[in-house]
Amino acid sequence: MNKILEKEHFSENVVKLVVEAPLIAKARRAGHFVIVRSCDKGERIPLTIAQADPVKGTITLVIQAVGKSTKKICALEPGDYLCDVVGPLGQATHIEKVGTVLCCGGGVGVAPLLPIVEAFKAAGNRVVVVLAARTKELIILEEQMRASADEVIIMTDDGSYGNKGLVTEGAEMVINREKVDLCVTIGPAIMMKFVSLLTKKYSIPTVASLNTIMVDGTGMCGACRITVGGKTKFVCVDGPEFDAHQVDFDEMLMRLSSYKGME
Amino acid sequence: MSKEIISAQRAEAWREELRKEIKNKDRVNIERVRMTELDPAYRITNNEEVNCGLTLEQARREASRCLDCPDPQCIEGCPVGIYIPTFIKNIERGEILEAAKTLKLTSALPAVCGRVCPQEKQCESKCFYKQKLKKEPVAIGYLERFAADYERESGNISVPEIKDKNGIKIAVVGSGPAGLSFAGEMAKYGYSVTVFEALHEIGGVLKYGIPEFRLPNSIVDVEIDGLRKMGVEFLTDCIVGKTITYDDLHEMGFKGVFVASGAGLPRFMNIPGENLIGVMSSNEYLTRVNLMGAASADSDTPVLKGKRVAVIGGGNTAMDSVRTAKRVGAERAIIVYRRSEEEMPARVEEVHHAKQEGVEFMTLHNPIEYIGDEKGRVKAMKLQKMRLGEPDASGRRSPEPIEGAVETLEIDEVIVSVGVSPNPLIPNTVKGLEISRKGTIVVDENTMKSALPDLYAGGDIVRGGATVILAMGDGRRAAMFMNESLKNNG
Repeated sequence: MNKILEKEHFSENVVKLVVEAPLIAKARRAGHFVIVRSCDKGERIPLTIAQADPVKGTITLVIQAVGKSTKKICALEPGDYLCDVVGPLGQATHIEKVGTVLCCGGGVGVAPLLPIVEAFKAAGNRVVVVLAARTKELIILEEQMRASADEVIIMTDDGSYGNKGLVTEGAEMVINREKVDLCVTIGPAIMMKFVSLLTKKYSIPTVASLNTIMVDGTGMCGACRITVGGKTKFVCVDGPEFDAHQVDFDEMLMRLSSYKGME
Repeated sequence: MSKEIISAQRAEAWREELRKEIKNKDRVNIERVRMTELDPAYRITNNEEVNCGLTLEQARREASRCLDCPDPQCIEGCPVGIYIPTFIKNIERGEILEAAKTLKLTSALPAVCGRVCPQEKQCESKCFYKQKLKKEPVAIGYLERFAADYERESGNISVPEIKDKNGIKIAVVGSGPAGLSFAGEMAKYGYSVTVFEALHEIGGVLKYGIPEFRLPNSIVDVEIDGLRKMGVEFLTDCIVGKTITYDDLHEMGFKGVFVASGAGLPRFMNIPGENLIGVMSSNEYLTRVNLMGAASADSDTPVLKGKRVAVIGGGNTAMDSVRTAKRVGAERAIIVYRRSEEEMPARVEEVHHAKQEGVEFMTLHNPIEYIGDEKGRVKAMKLQKMRLGEPDASGRRSPEPIEGAVETLEIDEVIVSVGVSPNPLIPNTVKGLEISRKGTIVVDENTMKSALPDLYAGGDIVRGGATVILAMGDGRRAAMFMNESLKNNG
């Protein structure tokens, strides 16, 4: 059982929870995720760790209420417990000094992007962040991003904040004005697909953090399998980060719809 | 040592008396008991246990068939060396709780093993009836199950005798059959045992793999509770190699580590269309249904419920999957196996039960491609017809394709059950371990000790995919040798 210590609403459907998990807080690095089960009849769902405090023994999760399980978790209050939190899972982000890193985040993907931005910055890179959302209210963690990155560009679909347009438009603007050595993208699968197509055009190495359906999260079942460079990989153990230009995003999008209608 | 124990037990006065009560020639004329089973038409509508167990009367009569051999070979056939004639003779004389105690001397999970062991290949294959009389062996498995069930239902569950606590901490990685067996033995020797489990439930394959209709989870839980009463501690949601490391275990003061992390990685065939929606591993399918309760309405975990389900493979996991598919509502549930029925590794009983339940068998067929609809859902499969070729080096006739004989079968769900590989987590994160080409941890076959002096391993992480009871045997042996080693060095 893992106690919820803090809760903050980023927007109506996006919630930040600080959860007691001392062992995970200590072992976790940027890019890792956890599997969470909210209650006894609950399902196991993967959530990326946004931040961790090894001294306090806490991890931070940012969750968007989209289905039954995420709605249940978002409804929990400080003092409530998550039945199970297991991790840290997956491979940590490979951090090194490459030069300029362009980080593209969308939706709740911005939360797990933050520790990656921080780590690349700490490794001596210039880091430019493009944050995208449908509308102003859905832009999250802007201040924290500004504190860590060299520059933050905001894109909204409706132009209610920052520049009007999609994440790819913001990214292309950066690519056109300066040399980008690496692109990291986290967000909805469809967004990552288009970021990947864009950077492929410019031959910029790109890493995407994939969010597939998972059950155990330890490599036991293969529910999360995808095709990377023609080979089947398990996102939970081989990933979640992969060379975006090798990922079959269309297959991934299709597999994400496996349980549509049952949620 | 154990030979002496066996002889001493056999020489007890009550056993002498019991042997005289019925003449051997009368004993051998008693028919082997038939266990009552649920009616197939009824049982596929639910998850109830198919085998109903023996009545006290049936059990005592079956027990009286046992000839109480002076040199009982059945024990040799049991990987944990249960004192088989002793427990059976206790049943014959009506001391069922004594029989249960006898089982617990060597086995941590008798109610489980009595249900899932392939006795026909183990203890029962060595029975005097089978070996010398060419008759059906004594139903050792049924009797084991009976004694364990009787004890559980009596409410008088005994806790095995435990030596004084020696203050030495031992860690177990994985709570499947190997880990549980090891934990029970070490607790008996007086160690403080902690079992680390990655999932949210204790039991490994007993919980996520083997279905309710073969092994109810509540029965597994009672046996695990027995271990708790012996002082074994369990820590769920903790992955050794991720949440904590092998080095952390040392810092936490553990003096010995037993790795029983199993062979949990599903194999796929790498054929076109295998990533279509509706194609999944047995591990995923069974985990959703068994561990997550996905077939019941109150569970949040969904599972695809195909109408025409093909299960690829011929092992017990394939039988569990195909019988589960029937219960989840499949109109057609089909086993697709590339060899003939004779080569199937599944237990004969499971194959028989599957057939009774209406499972179709397509042997000598092998999938070569899955075909999807416009939404990416599997709708058909291409099957290559096979024939058996010459025996290979191992004496097994290998299947070969019949050229041009390809057919298409309409299906809407495929469960791939072609085996598992060892979980690489521990092999990858512990320095200095010797790992085989197949990814198993290399250990001394007798002592189960690895290349690292304090790390022992057993079960599927050493064997690849094997059986529950072999895993338990490994656990018992590893405990014996780790205890010797710690006793002599401490």
